[in-house]
Amino acid sequence: MGFDPSAYLTRFDWGRARPLGGGGSLREYQVVAYDREIEIAPGVFFPAWTFNGTVPGPTLRAREGDRLRIRFINAGTHPHTMHFHGIHTAEMDGVPGIGAGEVAPGRSTVYEFRAEPFGLHLYHCHAVPLKRHIHKGLYGVFIIDPAGGRPPARELVMVLNAFDTNFDGENEVYAVNTVAFHYMRHPIRVRRGELVRIYLVNMTEFDPINSIHIHANFFHVYRTGTRLRTDEFTDTIMLAQGERAILEMRFPYRGRYMFHAHVSEFTELGWMGFFEVTDDDL
Amino acid sequence: MTSERVSALPAAPSRPGGARLWLLGIYPLALIALLVLLVLRLGPLGVFQAAFPPVEDLTITRVRLTPGQFQVHVTNGGADPVTIAQVLVDEAYWEHTVAPQRTIPRLGSATVTIPYPWVEGEAHEIVLVTATGLTFSHTVEVAAPSPQPTRAFLLTFTLLGVYVGVLPVFLGMLWFPFLRALGRRWIHFFLALTAGLLVFLGVDALEEALATAAALPTAYHGTALVAVGTLGAVMLLVVAGRLAARRGPRPLVVAYLIALGIGLHNLGEGLAIGAAFNLGEVALGAFLVIGFMLHNTTEGLGIVAPLARTPPGVGHLVLLGLVAGVPTIQGAWLGGFTYSPVLAALFLALGAGAIFQVVYEIARLMAADAAEGLATALNAGGFVLGLLIMYVTGLLVAV
Ligand SMILES: [Cu+2]
Repeated sequence: MGFDPSAYLTRFDWGRARPLGGGGSLREYQVVAYDREIEIAPGVFFPAWTFNGTVPGPTLRAREGDRLRIRFINAGTHPHTMHFHGIHTAEMDGVPGIGAGEVAPGRSTVYEFRAEPFGLHLYHCHAVPLKRHIHKGLYGVFIIDPAGGRPPARELVMVLNAFDTNFDGENEVYAVNTVAFHYMRHPIRVRRGELVRIYLVNMTEFDPINSIHIHANFFHVYRTGTRLRTDEFTDTIMLAQGERAILEMRFPYRGRYMFHAHVSEFTELGWMGFFEVTDDDL
Repeated sequence: MTSERVSALPAAPSRPGGARLWLLGIYPLALIALLVLLVLRLGPLGVFQAAFPPVEDLTITRVRLTPGQFQVHVTNGGADPVTIAQVLVDEAYWEHTVAPQRTIPRLGSATVTIPYPWVEGEAHEIVLVTATGLTFSHTVEVAAPSPQPTRAFLLTFTLLGVYVGVLPVFLGMLWFPFLRALGRRWIHFFLALTAGLLVFLGVDALEEALATAAALPTAYHGTALVAVGTLGAVMLLVVAGRLAARRGPRPLVVAYLIALGIGLHNLGEGLAIGAAFNLGEVALGAFLVIGFMLHNTTEGLGIVAPLARTPPGVGHLVLLGLVAGVPTIQGAWLGGFTYSPVLAALFLALGAGAIFQVVYEIARLMAADAAEGLATALNAGGFVLGLLIMYVTGLLVAV
């Protein structure tokens, strides 16, 4: 089964939840690392290292205060780890030499911690050499909802990523959610006037910054999503490697609206797409 | 049957005839075929196929520019088929078509057509991305429309060939009356000078051939191709010289061989000029043309030097000039309209081989004619002067 960036936008893995005494839940997830060739532009294949067979890996989601238990199995050909952004003990940090350390091929481990702080985070492999383990595809989005939740909205996960296909330390293909120009060919459909919430994470390797610009509209920015009041009202933001932000907006008019990196070079290398704003039921 | 000649090889005790001889010749071939079959079935070829990704080797042989469009010619010189998946122009993915098909077999070729608003006089970078993500790039240094085989361009290239090839050679031949008035020692001086000119041209052509060969897809084995061309030309001229020697006087034969060698060299020169024109580099042009004129005038002198003591008719002189000069025109056509690096390397190598063979013929001619031997101070001076003349005039024509 191929990776579908359109389906990825709205697919969240809440884990297998069991209520705990005191209101919270215990959530159990399973993540398997393995090697897989993925198509990153029409006809161009990349020998990726994946979490659960896709790049980015599954979007893991929980509620603030939940107890999380992530069973990690390494079915790949190199040692890997899962390093979560968030607050946890040193043993659960998923770095070489501490706690479980690097998990050898064929081995597994369990990462366990409380979901905190609420916000938009990420996870990635932290085995060495770090740059290679990340740019080969071992990363994903990790969302912790605030205890009281956020207002209902059409929620979309967008990971800014890129691929170095000829191993020269520079990216040849840029994208939102892996496949170059995917949302040009398959615009993201939203309803006119509804609240749209974008979980935006920058996982681009090699280039220090990336950005997003949405045409003919402005959005509210919640940097790292860790506070419930907006930081900024703008139409373009810049993110360094590993930075992320939640964007909230409504489209007042029907039609097709482009979004792309305002690093123009990235735009024509694959990082651009369309929103399709309609009055239809979606 | 016994041979009357004394042979270094011991005579075979008895010589098989007819069908048996054929059998002896063929059975090792049959065994090799069997071996190949065995290796394919049982051998360790899997080692080469399984674990390693294919090493792709695309070569961009030529880029043609027409208004609003690039045409990129590529050859697959690697061991496996290569699929062109995407095309980048100036670091942007661009629409394109590939003919006859995206997957290019080993030693196959394809043409990638890219509609692109290129800018005259500026540089553009074209990158082909294969299905495995490897990239192969070519930079158009100075964008300009490629010459089309129209009447105007045909005329331009013909005139170019006449100016740099035909006219200078004939001008150089005007030294003939001057040479005739000289004594034997001075004629030898000019023959030695000719040898110097030719050695320089030969080295130049060989270097040029190797440089062109180096840019070929690896599967063509460029350096070996140059060796085949160079040595092939030498052998061809040896045979041609032998056949011709039965008919005409020796100096005339040598003059024709020189003309032929220089003709092949000028074909290569024409190729270079045509190709440079094609790449939009001949905007530098007038200077280049004047340089070639001076350079090639000395070639005319070389052709008539062996004839000083046995003057031929005017008809021969005209023919000699044409043999040496006219190939420049064909070279310019080839280089301008259908530049093929494989052919270019081969022609340059042929030219080099022909020239070295001619130097050998000149030396023999002088040796047969001179009582005191070749190594006189005057001859040595002439030879060095020939090298120097070419070096200095060659400075003018660095393409
Ligand atoms: Cu890893």
